[in-house]
Amino acid sequence: MTKTGHSATYEEVQKLHPLYFNIVRKRYWWFAISLLIIIPGIISLFMQGLNLGIDYKGGTMLDVTFNKAVSQSAISDTMKSVGLEGHVQLSNSDTTALIRTEALEEEKRSELLTALETQVGEYDKASLKEDKVGPAMGQELTRNAIYALIIAMGMMIIYITFRFQFGFAISAILALLHDVFVVVGIFSLFQWEIDATFVAAILTIVGYSINDTVIIFDRIRENEPKMKRGDSYQDMVDKSIWQTMRRSINTVTTVLISLFAVFILGGESTRMFSLAMLIGVFCGAYSSIFIASQILLEIKIRLKKMPRTGS
Amino acid sequence: MRQGNIVKLVALVLLVATTVALSIKPLVDPVKGIPLGLDLRGGVHLVLQAEPNKNGVPITNADMDKAKAIIAKRVNDLGVSEPIVQADYNNKRIIVDLAGVTDPDKAVDILKTTAKLTFRDTQGNVLLQGDELTDAKGGQDPTNAGGFVVNLTFSTDGAKKFADLTTKYLGQQIGIYLDEKLLTNPKVDTPVLNGQAYINGYATLEAAANHAVLMRSGSLPVSMSIAEKRQVGASLGVDSLNKSIHAGIYSLIFIFLYMLVFYRLPGVVADFSLIVYALIVLWAFWSFRVVLTLPGIAGFILSIGIAVDFNIIIYERVKEEIRAGKSIRAGVESGFSRAFITVIDAHVTTLIAAITLYIFGSGSVKGFALTLGIGIIVSLFTAITFTRQVLRWTVGINPKMKTFWFGVRGDA
Repeated sequence: MTKTGHSATYEEVQKLHPLYFNIVRKRYWWFAISLLIIIPGIISLFMQGLNLGIDYKGGTMLDVTFNKAVSQSAISDTMKSVGLEGHVQLSNSDTTALIRTEALEEEKRSELLTALETQVGEYDKASLKEDKVGPAMGQELTRNAIYALIIAMGMMIIYITFRFQFGFAISAILALLHDVFVVVGIFSLFQWEIDATFVAAILTIVGYSINDTVIIFDRIRENEPKMKRGDSYQDMVDKSIWQTMRRSINTVTTVLISLFAVFILGGESTRMFSLAMLIGVFCGAYSSIFIASQILLEIKIRLKKMPRTGS
Repeated sequence: MRQGNIVKLVALVLLVATTVALSIKPLVDPVKGIPLGLDLRGGVHLVLQAEPNKNGVPITNADMDKAKAIIAKRVNDLGVSEPIVQADYNNKRIIVDLAGVTDPDKAVDILKTTAKLTFRDTQGNVLLQGDELTDAKGGQDPTNAGGFVVNLTFSTDGAKKFADLTTKYLGQQIGIYLDEKLLTNPKVDTPVLNGQAYINGYATLEAAANHAVLMRSGSLPVSMSIAEKRQVGASLGVDSLNKSIHAGIYSLIFIFLYMLVFYRLPGVVADFSLIVYALIVLWAFWSFRVVLTLPGIAGFILSIGIAVDFNIIIYERVKEEIRAGKSIRAGVESGFSRAFITVIDAHVTTLIAAITLYIFGSGSVKGFALTLGIGIIVSLFTAITFTRQVLRWTVGINPKMKTFWFGVRGDA
């Protein structure tokens, strides 16, 4: 194919990037940084778990916009007067109330809304938002989410093993789990509420992270057979990472631009969704560059060492 | 060659511009445009769970079909455009989506009513079931000018039974019940022989019509409870829609600028391809009647970010090929073929995630998965057909084009 010139050497690739540094050699640093973020997350996950919204636990959530500013106690008292307890959160300069309570039957719900109207104040019916999820539905959602994650990962392992090698697949999946744990861990640490779309966010992060990793692995796959005697696998991996660096950075930037737009301008309903994705996509880009290839390298080094020791 | 390519490119730009201009109206048409989900225009999503009755008789699929048909009939009578009624046989559920319904509370009320119409004597014994009814209509009370009634029409068989009944109970009261609620308790003055009767005592025509809907559609074979309900007020939906469109526009603008700064001439091609991409995706939504939801729009916006990735991968490859000493044209060709393998592998994995989400996701999550999935397929299509051809024509304008325009530094 190539008639003129030659494909870039390691030195050329290094010169091309003004900020070049050897990523592969510092790999234990990257592992340490990741563990530093993941471990507190996992501890938090065991200690306090996740702040599950009504989509998982079941319950009723009412988003009521009043015509004037209201007080939290007025709403709590009204709820008590109809025999309900729950959590009230005011926003939008105290005109919007987010009320969380047990799953309400239609009659009870109407009773509460009527009581709110008479005791607290008039509200805008056209901007009322209500979510009611029965407890059985919540369990189903959680179960389906776990199934979806496992099946998606299984299919990805199969695809990557088929297109690359098993070692690539394992490294990609570990990097992906890294991203999932970072996001889930952060949501647990800060006790941000999780709704049904969180599953979608996690799976998209999974998709993105794998996608990003595959681009770099594709380059490693391409460079591997071109290695000459005496070339180190380590240098080849580092070269591959830097050859794809511009793409990695530019793509994550454009995706982050999209997500930032949704996060800032998309309104309250998609805020947590886009936040999860922002963290996840950033993390996915990081792990593709700093984690996935280094795990692959570790696997390759170990496998090599096994048959003939001390090479 | 030079002239020809310029003409082709100018023609293409004009063609795309015209298509964009002509597309806006049909795409956003409130009736025939891309259907909006209830979170974007207000409405209610219901999951009705069939409750096993007290005798422990299992709920059959036939019961579910009947329930679905009855609910669908009631929904249609509510006058909602494009309602969705689905039966989930495994879980014994009926899923109802009513987008744009004006009074969701009333709709919910009408849908979950079992609506068993019975005629009972004063002791409460059931004399006749409402199954024999062929029609029920709201109307003016013939005897009381201000009142309204539900006019009942019985089948031939029912008319006979009703005639016997009214003959037997002449001078006595017969209670008409909807479920356990007594609607009216008229005294039989004359036997009703023609199978026509009415229930009076409604204050408004609307109230009479609502009950008529229930009676006409027949009674649900099983009682239903609300397992899940998501209701969004109309103005809240519009607000969300506007915010999402805003987010989409800003995201597009910034991605445009970014690509221009980093990739210069190919950046222009990428931006141009993005417009074509967005256009194809929106038309795909339109033709497959994909219901656009809030997470769906987020998925679409995200897919714009991902669609650029194709261009980025390809351009980086082309740059490498040029650096390796190839001419711009040869670079574009080999860059494309090499990048294609990368692109396929990378995006099949994302597609796996989208498909899994679509299969296992519920409601809003499905919408997200669908838009993401369509986005990935369309961006692949756009990249290999449109982007490639436009880039060929562009480099064909002047084969000695400076590599600077490809973002390759002269010294490289």
